[in-house]
Amino acid sequence: MAYALQQLINGLTLGMIYGLIAVGYTMVYGIIGMINFAHGDVFMIGAFVGIIVLTALTGITSVPLGLLAAFLLAAVFCGVYGFAIERVAYRPLRGSFRLAPLISAIGMSILLENYVQVSQGALERAIPNLIPGGFTLMDENGFVVQLSWMQISIVVVTLIVLAVFTYIVTKTPLGRAMRAVEQDAKMAALLGIDTNRTITLTFIIGSCLAAFAGVMFLLYYGVIDFYIGFNAGIKAFTAAVLGGIGSLPGAVLGGLLIGLIEAFWSGYATVAYKDVAVYSILAIVLMFMPSGLLGRHEVEKV
Amino acid sequence: MTTLLALDRVSTFYGPVQALREVSLTVEQGEIVTLIGANGAGKSTLMMTIFGTPAAKSGRITYQGRDITRLAPFEIARLGLAQSPEGRRVFPRMSVEENLLMGAQVVKYADYEKQLALVFELFPRIEERFNQRAGTLSGGEQQMLAIARALMSKPKLLMLDEPSLGLAPLVIKQIFGAIRQLNRETGLTVLLVEQNANQALRLAHRGYVLVNGVITLQGSGAELLAKPEIRAAYLEGGH
Repeated sequence: MAYALQQLINGLTLGMIYGLIAVGYTMVYGIIGMINFAHGDVFMIGAFVGIIVLTALTGITSVPLGLLAAFLLAAVFCGVYGFAIERVAYRPLRGSFRLAPLISAIGMSILLENYVQVSQGALERAIPNLIPGGFTLMDENGFVVQLSWMQISIVVVTLIVLAVFTYIVTKTPLGRAMRAVEQDAKMAALLGIDTNRTITLTFIIGSCLAAFAGVMFLLYYGVIDFYIGFNAGIKAFTAAVLGGIGSLPGAVLGGLLIGLIEAFWSGYATVAYKDVAVYSILAIVLMFMPSGLLGRHEVEKV
Repeated sequence: MTTLLALDRVSTFYGPVQALREVSLTVEQGEIVTLIGANGAGKSTLMMTIFGTPAAKSGRITYQGRDITRLAPFEIARLGLAQSPEGRRVFPRMSVEENLLMGAQVVKYADYEKQLALVFELFPRIEERFNQRAGTLSGGEQQMLAIARALMSKPKLLMLDEPSLGLAPLVIKQIFGAIRQLNRETGLTVLLVEQNANQALRLAHRGYVLVNGVITLQGSGAELLAKPEIRAAYLEGGH
């Protein structure tokens, strides 16, 4: 029981990070129908901006202020990257054959990984645990269930970010425009919506979410390298598909499920095959629910 | 009367296929102008060409004296033209309210409450369905919503593409009644595309007949109704 609770805590924390990245995949898919394979690398750049800022500020400012600066600067940088990626790699190919932007995305992903490898080095970079401590939830025959401040912080920050994001998508003119472009881009244009601008903003927002996820990943694991975007990106993409690609709540749900599957599989079976568990469950879910857990299956009247 | 919209020898192509051949027409301020013609004659293409999608290949489109031929669709929408397009195109996964908000976005929700009251008065159904998802509405309700959405932008020129298509006669009567009422009471200029030529010509001040992408006849609604070749023009089809 205690052991399971610990896995639950670990899995939810990791799942939150996956969920944040997955939202970026699903948003872009929803609005222009392509998988932005460079999204995982934007997450990685967010983690690097985080480590650069935190290392530079060590000893100069307090930890909370340093973290705030890391989150904000990562969001700004990644926002600029998201904007630039869309402008350079995807917009010129809009209206081209379907595979073209996908290939361009893979190219962009490789470019970003190599660029960070060259500019930041190929070695792992580490920071000390900035939010140490926590408290003991349960002590069962010597097995101690720990809930760290770090985990609490990650869950709380993710929930706040998702709340703000949900508000933007559901209640603001920008969010409505994003959904309108997703549902019928031509009609949105007939109503005066600048669809290119809306798509650009979608990339920027998705990239900011990835930036937050990147900084939290850095804080949680303490170690990053130029390749973390690949693994996390594939996991988050899987989360988006599992939840139903195009569905925002689905992306978060998928992220949480994948985090939990990984944690429980690692805890009860073996760490080595945790990815096998994740992808097996994805395959099984898609066999019975091809559009994912929360994907669209409603019939629209004509 | 001042000319609100003028098309001067406009031609449009879909790839190599020419859909409109040197179409010229004008819409004066305060008029209801109808464009009739058979299925495939190019009526919807004409409506979309005015909005720049697809853009006219040759010719000139002016709105309030300004050349809008090369503007992007969203820029044209911002000038005060609103369209209820072919196929209605309501946003299916948005509520009726959100669809109306989308219509008002272009004018930054100016007079939102007033326009909403107007829309509710014209189409009480819209008020009943206010919180429902648009995709779950009936065809007639979606048509009303598409017109209502266009009205939320307080347009100077309302363009309606086949508002009667596939609807019950009673609903058609209601929609045509609403168009007449808007024109009389608020002086709204309307460009109406219809296959239902009889009713459209009775409603309109003037009409144009489009056959195979060419304007073949024009005149006042009454004149056109009286012409024997009118029935032939739209009955023989746009092949």
